Amino acid sequence: MTVPLLHRRRPKASDAERPDGAAATAPSGQPRRLSRRAQIARDRSLLIMVLPAVVLLAVFAYVPMFGNIMAWSSYSPYQGFFGSPWIGWENFERVFSNPLFLNAVGNTLAITAFQLVFFFPVPIFLALLLNSVLSPRIRTTIQSIVYLPHFFSWVLVVTLFQQMFGGAGLLSQNLRQHGYEGFDLMTNPDTFLVLITMQSVWKDAGWGIIIFLAALSTVSPELYEAAAVDGANRWRRMWHITLPALRPVVILLLILRLGDSLTVGFEQLILQRAAVGVGVSDVIDTFVYYQGVVYGDWSFAAAAGLVKGVVSLALVLGANKLAHVFGESGVYKRA
Amino acid sequence: MSGQVSQLTPGAAPTPPVVPFGSERPARPRPRRPTHRPAWEEPPSKAGAVSKFVILAVVVLTVVFPLYTVVLTSVSTQAETIRAGGLVTIPGEMTLNAYTQILSGGVVTRAALVSVGITAVGTVLSTVVSVLAAYGLSRPGSFMHRPILFVFLITMFFGAGLIPTYLLVSGLGLINSYWALILPGAVSAFNVLILRNFFMGVEPAILDAARIDGAGDWRILRAIVLPMSKAAIAVVALFYGVGYWNAFFNAMLYINDNEKWPIQMVLRSYVLQGVSLPGGGTGTVDVATGVVTGLPVQMAVMVLAVVPILLVYPFVQRHFTKGVIFGAIKG
Repeated sequence: MTVPLLHRRRPKASDAERPDGAAATAPSGQPRRLSRRAQIARDRSLLIMVLPAVVLLAVFAYVPMFGNIMAWSSYSPYQGFFGSPWIGWENFERVFSNPLFLNAVGNTLAITAFQLVFFFPVPIFLALLLNSVLSPRIRTTIQSIVYLPHFFSWVLVVTLFQQMFGGAGLLSQNLRQHGYEGFDLMTNPDTFLVLITMQSVWKDAGWGIIIFLAALSTVSPELYEAAAVDGANRWRRMWHITLPALRPVVILLLILRLGDSLTVGFEQLILQRAAVGVGVSDVIDTFVYYQGVVYGDWSFAAAAGLVKGVVSLALVLGANKLAHVFGESGVYKRA
Repeated sequence: MSGQVSQLTPGAAPTPPVVPFGSERPARPRPRRPTHRPAWEEPPSKAGAVSKFVILAVVVLTVVFPLYTVVLTSVSTQAETIRAGGLVTIPGEMTLNAYTQILSGGVVTRAALVSVGITAVGTVLSTVVSVLAAYGLSRPGSFMHRPILFVFLITMFFGAGLIPTYLLVSGLGLINSYWALILPGAVSAFNVLILRNFFMGVEPAILDAARIDGAGDWRILRAIVLPMSKAAIAVVALFYGVGYWNAFFNAMLYINDNEKWPIQMVLRSYVLQGVSLPGGGTGTVDVATGVVTGLPVQMAVMVLAVVPILLVYPFVQRHFTKGVIFGAIKG
């Protein structure tokens, strides 16, 4: 081996955990820095391994990210990306004064708020219930069943709901056979929030259990036993042991959801936009799609999308800051 | 279950997989779950036990029942659906006609093959690229480690936007190309981090030993890290595969030629929107007479759209334990 062993030794896990990335010093503790060239030579394989992913991200994530400068132009396909005139903030002014955009923002926030109340607690409740099932066999069977819809496509889920609750669906069909009037939940704008929340719960609430079950499984049974011996009943044990164990996860997921406030099931909504009408179902993402790809107002749509992207970023960072204020670790922390 | 956890956490149990960023929660050894009621726990009240059973039964039925009716209708005869007035809930006259009809060539068969192809190529590409990237990022202190890590992280917090992405893909000439359904989403930073998390949990002493024996990074990845990480790789491959199989919006965006549609687009068009299948004249609701025609065919298309997932799911499902998911979400 031509390279001295000292250089080839990799940092141990304990080094890896050091937040300042101090692993550039040799593991023995000597403050020894390799020259840049020696580092590249040492890590050449690693760099080659990362390359394909970095290239894909560079092309399909970073090029469009910088492509957002088109929001300040008046893009037309005939003039090309750089040939189109630059018009300053005009597109953004149009975005903020556009009633359809404001409608889309309103719908987005309404859906987020509604689902925060009626979707978010469901997995927690189900996880508590499932966790109390003693038989491991029944528990894992139920888990396998309720995780499954998470892996179905939105097209399938919406189609299933149409078959169940649509005008010609199973429910209406049975109501009619018994002399009642059928109904069509799929095209009723008044109940749209309820419908999409039902769909989201059906598809993803089961999968949402997994993280809470994981958190619950780390609670030592001895805690419960000690509490029971001290006279705490079932509910007090839940209040003082189970729920505190879930707290970090709940806060983490709340943060993630808040950071994602402006993103609501895009595929789910675009599939139902025509059936139920733009008034209640247009959200920011569908607005961007229709204005740009369908109506060809490219730069205007890009401006709307960029506004959403920037606000979302601010929300994630803000929510994370908030978590730190509350003494939780949040999604990430400063190294 | 605890046996699976040790399988998920390679190396000695006390070494927690390093979380890429965020809280490093010390991985306590998983407490053994009691499988019987401990002596100190009060037995549940009758009402409590019954309501628990009822709620869980309702939950399970909510998932299973719609699937049951769809499958049953797909194997029922047309006459049976007319008798039932729509979806069939009680087994009656059975036939596999719907399946022979959609699988005997034509739109649905072609779409299914397109989806299988995209899913196969995409999953292999994404998984290989992600495994390589995750290993390349698994060693803090390597050259440019943090800047490269940030290249991945930033994509998780700031999306490029639909419009510039669309213009890029069309500028690259990928409209109506299957690559448009694969390349734009080929790398998910999230999945890379799951794998990285996992690779970093491999006991460093083992890697050191291999290195002293003269193994390079490629060899270590292939001979040590990969065999130890099968569970994590299986889950990530499932995530990618399901993503490719289920994607419909990319196809709506980039594939204008409906000869090239994947199965989800066909499902949307011929079942959800009720457009007639070309040639067959089936799959529509006759509004005037209220007679549902071709319902078994529509339901068969739905079944076809979930079958691959149902085939793979049982094998990967048991790896969804906390090692993979929990570490990932914390990351």
